Amino acid sequence: MNAEIKTAIRQFLAGTFKNYELEDNEDIFALGFVNSLFAMQLVLFVEKNFNITVANEDLELDNFRTIEALTNLVARKQQPVAAAMD
Amino acid sequence: MKIELSPQQKQYHAEWRTFVDEAIVPFAQQFDREQRIPPQLIRALAQKKYLGATVPVDMGGLGVDAVAFGLLNEEIGRGCSSVRSLLTVHTMVSQAILRWGSQTQKEVWLPCLATGETIGAFALTEPNVGSDAKSVQTTAVPHGDTFIINGHKKWITYGQIADLFLLFAQSDGKLTAFLIERNTPGLTIEPICHMTGTRASMLAELHLNDCEVPRANIVGAVGFGFTAVASAALEWGRYSVASGCVGIGQACLEASLDYTSQRQQFGVYIKEHQLIQQMIADMATDLDAARLLCQRAGYLMNTQDPAATDAIFKAKYFASRMANRAANDAVQIHGANGCSETYPLERYRRDAKVMEIIEGSSQIQQVIIAKKAFCYAH
Repeated sequence: MNAEIKTAIRQFLAGTFKNYELEDNEDIFALGFVNSLFAMQLVLFVEKNFNITVANEDLELDNFRTIEALTNLVARKQQPVAAAMD
Repeated sequence: MKIELSPQQKQYHAEWRTFVDEAIVPFAQQFDREQRIPPQLIRALAQKKYLGATVPVDMGGLGVDAVAFGLLNEEIGRGCSSVRSLLTVHTMVSQAILRWGSQTQKEVWLPCLATGETIGAFALTEPNVGSDAKSVQTTAVPHGDTFIINGHKKWITYGQIADLFLLFAQSDGKLTAFLIERNTPGLTIEPICHMTGTRASMLAELHLNDCEVPRANIVGAVGFGFTAVASAALEWGRYSVASGCVGIGQACLEASLDYTSQRQQFGVYIKEHQLIQQMIADMATDLDAARLLCQRAGYLMNTQDPAATDAIFKAKYFASRMANRAANDAVQIHGANGCSETYPLERYRRDAKVMEIIEGSSQIQQVIIAKKAFCYAH
């Protein structure tokens, strides 16, 4: 499950990080390739792609900093939905 | 691929066109001269739920989609860019709360913003801070459960009458968005008049002197004022301005078609002259292109596509420049009449200039669009 999320996020980021092999724990903001506008696009991407809502309480830079962190955020937000479906 | 408005969007469009022709077009020159929008028009916009156009129906709004919202801005922009500016800043506040507000903020403010009982305004710009928006100098210092805000905001559209400001301040170097009510002690509001364009937008300066604001009034989170809150609001703002520019272009085209069919020179209607036809052709083609860019941006917003951000930048960049070209040519076509306030053309030209400056100048849009283009280069 997490592997699928990770792959989708990696593919999305590949559009911006061309010719750069991004590690799971690499800080995308520290790399300097992205700006604040991209952060909003990231939010839109994870919301649409994984059918979740990123709310004001999720606004922590650490939630968006790495592929790993984004994957964890998505997995965490999906949990209640998955539980409800059981 | 299908490029066509839905029956509902067409119906809205027709309704809005009629409203603008009746309630705005005949009075727009007067608004411009008097540098104000009369309260009865604002009440009418509120009653029609235009001020709550994008707020969901269950919160008292009209709940229209982004494409329809673009049409509303186009129509109002066709009549009066100053009125459209109200829709822009008010919607930016609603959208920021809708997107990043707390549950309490949504419950308290969205119904009032939707009905127009509360007028919202966007307070980011300062005397020394325009394009470099992240360098806001206004400060917010934590003080128990409140923040003490000090600073100076300038060029705040509808600041003269707004009840609620979405205001940006640095809290320990972290840009943060706050909701600040007009009656907050320490907040003084000073009107700004005699602008070149959108003269009836009731601009103001805000002076914040030890304004105490509850922590609960933070929108989003500390440090996310620009990244999340301003970005979300500005996307709607840019889209609103871009669509309003399509309205300016439409007004210029309609006025020019009418004028060139009535005025004769050298024994024929001036529409028979090919150099006039050239200006009309450019205006009509430019207008179609701008409208399509706006509608595509609206579609991408509706489908929550991350590509919407880029599409909105392009739409705003192109549409604002289109409006300037159209207004310049429309004045040229109208000759001395175009330079006179008995015709609306000179107002369109003044208003169009403002469109290239607000919600991101053309130069800022160029830098962002170019960066994105390089990003996708193979």
